[in-house]
Amino acid sequence: MSVAPAKTITYREAMREAIREAMLADERVFLMGEDVGAYGGCFGVSKGLLDEFGPERIRDTPLSESAFVGAGIGAAMGGMRPIVEVMTVNFCLLALDQIMNNAATITHMSGGQFAIPLVIRMATGAGRQVAAQHSHSLEGWLAHIPGLKLLAPATIADARGMLAPALADPNPVLIFEHGSLYNLESELPADAGAVDIERAAIRRPGSDVTLIAYGGTVPVALAAADELAAAGVEAEVLDLRVLRPLDDATIIASVARTHRAVVIDEGWRSGSLAAEVSARIMEQAFYELDAPVARVCSAEVPMPYPHHLEQAALPQPATVVGEVRSMVGAAGDE
Amino acid sequence: MSVTAPVEREHGLELLRQMLRVRRFEEKCVELYSATKIRGFMHLYIGEEAVAVGAMQALTPEDAIVATYREHGHALVRGVSAGSIMAEMYGKVEGCARGRGGSMHLFDAATRFYGGNAIVGGGLPVAVGLALADKLQGRRRVTACFFGDGAVAEGEFHECMNLAALWSLPVLFLCENNRYAMGTAIERYESETDLALKAASYEMTAWSADGMDVLAVEEAARRAAAEVRDGDRPCFLELRTYRFRAHSMYDPDLYRAKEEIERFKEHDPIPALSATLRAAGLLDDADVEQLEESISREIEDAIAFAEAGTLEPVDELERFVYFEGAAP
Repeated sequence: MSVAPAKTITYREAMREAIREAMLADERVFLMGEDVGAYGGCFGVSKGLLDEFGPERIRDTPLSESAFVGAGIGAAMGGMRPIVEVMTVNFCLLALDQIMNNAATITHMSGGQFAIPLVIRMATGAGRQVAAQHSHSLEGWLAHIPGLKLLAPATIADARGMLAPALADPNPVLIFEHGSLYNLESELPADAGAVDIERAAIRRPGSDVTLIAYGGTVPVALAAADELAAAGVEAEVLDLRVLRPLDDATIIASVARTHRAVVIDEGWRSGSLAAEVSARIMEQAFYELDAPVARVCSAEVPMPYPHHLEQAALPQPATVVGEVRSMVGAAGDE
Repeated sequence: MSVTAPVEREHGLELLRQMLRVRRFEEKCVELYSATKIRGFMHLYIGEEAVAVGAMQALTPEDAIVATYREHGHALVRGVSAGSIMAEMYGKVEGCARGRGGSMHLFDAATRFYGGNAIVGGGLPVAVGLALADKLQGRRRVTACFFGDGAVAEGEFHECMNLAALWSLPVLFLCENNRYAMGTAIERYESETDLALKAASYEMTAWSADGMDVLAVEEAARRAAAEVRDGDRPCFLELRTYRFRAHSMYDPDLYRAKEEIERFKEHDPIPALSATLRAAGLLDDADVEQLEESISREIEDAIAFAEAGTLEPVDELERFVYFEGAAP
């Protein structure tokens, strides 16, 4: 069996390849958003695509989030397969009427008559000292909404492979790209393609504790797991990948093996996605637990600008390690 | 009060029939609401019928419609059956949205009726997107987007005027100016009350017409739709109208003078068209009796259909949150 040669590629390039492939595969696919064309995308994802596909299919929009997200909904209902880029999750609040009141509801309100095959991509997360209006992780808010699907690619393979199935889905799919991941680099087989958008994934197997993370906190969990391994604690790292609907089965199976769980979430603790995951573990695996589920979330402050305060506000590997150590200790030093 | 433009008998009778259908249908809705057969919010179009009836004359079956929560009339005139609309308001599976939407959310894929949007201004971006899909796929279709004067104060209105004009999208913006955003008079919420002027600032052809005169609405809508279809660009039409009933069934209507309502009732579009047709010898008592009878039958049949309809089993509650099957 021949294996296509692997190549080294960044998360950003993987995303661009995914868009390019989708555009080549289906004439109904187009990209629109602020600065996706001439500028090449705020984070450089769509660089070069305007030259290749032209301004009809790579559409620069005015700063009108509500209008162009809503236009994506209408275009999807009119038979197109739009990819809408919203610069950051903070900006998507300007389009929340369209996301919540139309994208998430029209299929249901119409008694199932209308599909909305729309993809909305947006950057999320902190770590670049861009303060309290560009740094938040509001995935948990959006994951609250029935009718939406939410994806958080945390690996190059997912950045490359999640878009095609998202476009094939008849429902609005939101893809969250953590800003700290764009320069992530790794090998990817040249023929890497679509991945599933239903299941969580185990990124590192372990037997002592499950570290549950998504998006930008997956590298945090992996770093914590490395440190724990050096101390003789084997942590399993579970990448949620799909934030709605959550893959309960994979989460519960992992916790049933390890009997301990720490949920790592860049959102604020109160009313967070971490709270939801924790509640589900309690509901479905209470008697498997050797310790209460722990959460490592962002501090409950608007993101501060100075580096040291921003880092203090964010989930850090050391905090995760500390939680696991006290948990393992509480279970009676195995 | 009569309307002025000349009209063929058959067409004149059809316009009258459609306006009467909407009026009688909604009068019956009031009774059914009082009888608690219809619940939730219900907004009546009574007084404004000339707008939907006149504007729809300019559309073809391939065109799309986006409407507001005051949309019984638009759905009826578009060809969504009275029975399926009534069943929708009864919350029955036989409703045009399986009873999931109710009065404010009528949907019908077969007639390209895209709702029933109850967020003021919320339908405009969807209309822009439907038109974008047509443009990208090379289809010469019009998306007719109805909204009220209140929507003009929303940011989505301005975003959409700009985007539709910038991208030359085939949207026919139909502003139903009934002078009130719920209970707030337009002079109390708009710095500029000439709404066509606002639209014109987006480099869009825009003008106003008498929304109480169905022939004037039709003439303006035909001209505007032709501009959209042939000119491949949006057009804005302000239709000056008035609602005779309160904003919704919950509204005690305390914010306007009874005299004002009575003054506008003198411009009721239905007697106005009747007078024109009678003066031209195109309508007599027998015609009116026949129209009323057939409409009454249609509405009674619609009620019977809704009454006989079925309630969705509760175990289907969570259906349609996600689309069933592949997208078309």
